[in-house]
Amino acid sequence: MYSVNYHRATSVADAAKLVKSGDAKLLSGGMTLIPAMKTRLAAPSDLVDLSRIKELQGVKVSGKTVTIGAATTHYDVANDEKLKKACPALAHMASLIGDPAVRHRGTIGGSIANNDPAADYPAALLALGATIVTNKREIGADKFFKGLFETALKDGEIITAVSFSAPAKAAYEKFRNPASRYAIVGVFVAKGKDGVSVAVTGAGDDGVFRSKEIEAALVKNFAASALDGVKVPAKNLMTDIHASAEYRANLIAVMAKRAVAAANV
Amino acid sequence: MGIEGVGARVARKEDKRFITGAGRYVDDMVVPGMKHAAFVRSPHAHAQIKKIDVKKAQAMPGVIGVLTGKELKADGIGNLICGWMIHSKDGSPMKMGAWSPLAVDKVRYVGDAVVIVVAETKGQARDAAEAVEITYKELKAVVDATKALEKGAPQLHPEAESNLIFDWEIGDAKATDAAIKAAAHVTRMKIVNNRLVPNAMEPRAALGHYDKAEDHYTCWTTSQNPHVARLVMSAFYNIAPENKLRVIAPDVGGGFGSKIYIYPEEIVCLWASKKTGVPVKWVADRTESFLSDAHGRDHVSTVEMAFDKNNRITGLKVDTIANLGAYMSLFSSCVPTYLYATLLSGQYDIPAIHANVRTVYTNTAPVDAYRGAGRPEATYLLERTMEAAARELGVSPAELRRTNFITSFPHQTPVIMNYDAGDYAASLDAATKASDYAGFAKRKAAAAKKGLLRGIGMSCYIEACGIAPSAAVGSLGAGVGLWESAEVRVNAVGTIEVLTGSHSHGQGHETTFAQLVNERFGVPIDSVSIVHGDTDKVQMGMGTYGSRSGAVGMSAIVKALDKVEAKAKKIAAHLLEADEGDIVIENGALKVAGTDKNIPWFQMALAAYTAHNLPGGMEPGLKETAFYDPSNFTFPAGCYICEVEIDPETGTTEIVQFVAADDFGNIINPMIVEGQVHGGIAQGIGQALLEGAHYDASGQLLTASYMDYTMPRADDLPSFKVSTSNTPCPSNPLGIKGCGEAGAIGSPPAVINAITDAIGITDIAMPASPSTVWAAIRAATKH
Repeated sequence: MYSVNYHRATSVADAAKLVKSGDAKLLSGGMTLIPAMKTRLAAPSDLVDLSRIKELQGVKVSGKTVTIGAATTHYDVANDEKLKKACPALAHMASLIGDPAVRHRGTIGGSIANNDPAADYPAALLALGATIVTNKREIGADKFFKGLFETALKDGEIITAVSFSAPAKAAYEKFRNPASRYAIVGVFVAKGKDGVSVAVTGAGDDGVFRSKEIEAALVKNFAASALDGVKVPAKNLMTDIHASAEYRANLIAVMAKRAVAAANV
Repeated sequence: MGIEGVGARVARKEDKRFITGAGRYVDDMVVPGMKHAAFVRSPHAHAQIKKIDVKKAQAMPGVIGVLTGKELKADGIGNLICGWMIHSKDGSPMKMGAWSPLAVDKVRYVGDAVVIVVAETKGQARDAAEAVEITYKELKAVVDATKALEKGAPQLHPEAESNLIFDWEIGDAKATDAAIKAAAHVTRMKIVNNRLVPNAMEPRAALGHYDKAEDHYTCWTTSQNPHVARLVMSAFYNIAPENKLRVIAPDVGGGFGSKIYIYPEEIVCLWASKKTGVPVKWVADRTESFLSDAHGRDHVSTVEMAFDKNNRITGLKVDTIANLGAYMSLFSSCVPTYLYATLLSGQYDIPAIHANVRTVYTNTAPVDAYRGAGRPEATYLLERTMEAAARELGVSPAELRRTNFITSFPHQTPVIMNYDAGDYAASLDAATKASDYAGFAKRKAAAAKKGLLRGIGMSCYIEACGIAPSAAVGSLGAGVGLWESAEVRVNAVGTIEVLTGSHSHGQGHETTFAQLVNERFGVPIDSVSIVHGDTDKVQMGMGTYGSRSGAVGMSAIVKALDKVEAKAKKIAAHLLEADEGDIVIENGALKVAGTDKNIPWFQMALAAYTAHNLPGGMEPGLKETAFYDPSNFTFPAGCYICEVEIDPETGTTEIVQFVAADDFGNIINPMIVEGQVHGGIAQGIGQALLEGAHYDASGQLLTASYMDYTMPRADDLPSFKVSTSNTPCPSNPLGIKGCGEAGAIGSPPAVINAITDAIGITDIAMPASPSTVWAAIRAATKH
């Protein structure tokens, strides 16, 4: 690791000021950034740590509306009693991220700001039609995730929370990369007042996306059997040493089916 | 057997320091004035070095020295060598290309060391390493051994035309061809054995210290055989004569073969210490381990197995291409030859065998012995072919094997080995019983109801351990003898130190070797210390690999114990005024048999050192040395049965049952043996299902971290059912065969046989990852 200046921000305003210094990066868990720095693949001059900012912590549920502070850890999302009632699928998804050490450090804001094409949260937020709240504005999930490690965030813009309306039914199923155990394919299905939404992570050439084919089949009938024979095209899916595009296409259908079955339990 | 004697499940003495984080590894060593090194490594698989500019790096903060291969050459440091000479079938010696510890003109794989930077801190050394400017002219690379042999392929070494190192054969080609021609049935297979990265938990490390006042070097290094390291560094690399070079291998966190070899880094650290005047420490990071530890396996073979009308094998013909990487590592040449082709008879009575092996340079990390070394490749080839043959012949795989078992011993195979003892049917029976082999059809039907494909596969392996009779290996080209030494020092109060040339890097020697002493003299194992891993303490030794520490290392200890016992009895007889022949050792005392006259062990020891009253002419003291040179290899064998369930939707394979029935000869500590089997099976399942080194066409290692290289995790593995049915080895005094590699040798074919059985296909590539299995199922159902 190269030497770096570490700043612990006390408030969002404080962080917004600190992030202007040098070639600074925001740190919110650091589950991707710190390993990249240790292998010298990333070399920010300054780190602005958001993880101790009180206003960014915790899960709030008010009626159907769920709001999660950006610096809430995966562990806290997975174990929040209110969330487990309002949207158990998201709590369960958080419990599947990484390992216990990662879940105690990694945060929802850090994950979506990084937008790893194999991360779990992007699929959930896209399927839930979530809103990403920053210190400047509110951005719809469909506008927020722009591609591989790309988001709509501007330089220095800080995510403060995400919010969404709890769906009637939802579930997440992921098929893990045998080595990294990130998603080779992760499928989040949600059935809410605006219809059925199915988002896929780990597979897209351009990051998280919604599967039209799966959604079309489920709109008519939100049942696993509705997906029998549904084919997902391999076009625009990733091929790497772990999985071909065709294999990923197959897994999208299989994981979607299993997710729908879980959502209907 | 006492509670700490031979056969007892004694908890490992060494685990207290290991599990409390108190082990002492090379990286824990601190020498006054010590500085830190970083290596600049080639980012290219194949390139000419046009220019190295170190000026910027030298000016960086904390930098003490930036040294290149040119300076190393100028100081007379030698090239790395392969210590086992193989001759091609035309009589020509193997074509060994030059391997400079720091590349001078050319780099030949990604990770090839080019420059060493020594600085005050590790971070400063790395910063400066990045500031070294090297101008390369990139050359075309080749990573695939078959392609490297093709016309027009990039050439790695001027010494080796067409990248061919040697073209070697063993056995009787004529007789084998005749057997195939006359056969009632011939099974033909192409067998690929995937390349693996060893992944010892502790990365390689070296600390070189040149003491100017004494003109003496000390090297702390992660070695499985420190004496061999000293020998090679003295005799070939011109570091220093042996008396001026001490090599210490302290606690070493796993090796699996990868720490047998002498690598560039320890040579360069020693040289750099003299050059810079400071002790120099280097510790690999995980990426360096992936790139530069000697890899394992990487064979491509074709095989023809001929049968008569009674399903008896009449001939076996094998053609193998083995990828040795960019340079010939220390023992690389013997792995695909004498450790591989000599095992091609397996457990079977095969009258005619012929194997041809070509070894090839490619732009990849050097390949050398990795847990099993050649024997897993032989077993995989043979046991995959047996399984395919059984399916083609329409007979039970178990019965086809049984039909062909060797049943009388000694048995001379057509490929050098003379099997001394074994009972292959006993292991097969034990494994089929433990796995309820007969009940498989029912389980398969039950799985099918759940939509799962269930398969069963077996593997009857044999290996040659206890490496090895010195004269025999010498005649086959080995540059060293493979005996072992031991020294037993009885202290004046009766406690004992055993000095051994074996090296423990996870095997539990501190416990098992002490159990041997306890069995003999009744001394508690806490009063027995095992000393190893230091050339200043142990006179000479050949180290630990090839499951040799029990069969060879402990046999040397037995010989030394024999001498100690003889002298102790003489002393006791003298003190007890009895006949030497009447003295027996029981419960920690030397007794006159049939009487209550006795002298405690410690009192006898004290008498040896006070020397007040010793038999006339006897020298004081009680310390004996012995060297043991085995008269034959040992032949552990066994039968493994694997049962899998595959989810056809995702291609995920779950191992639902794994049975191992081994014959290891006599066993000192069953708990440690089971641990070895468990670890070996985990590695074998790793090879079959999870692990595989993957280079892209340009020679970049795509699996250079745990994000992409799949190591077995606990949840990938079932609970193993292991058992032994042992036939003692007749050639060594303890009857030990060895158990360190068996698991890794026997398990891959059992797993793949189970998977191909489940899907109903002939072959599948290792690692049989979910995507590979899914694609195989899809291809099978399309046709």
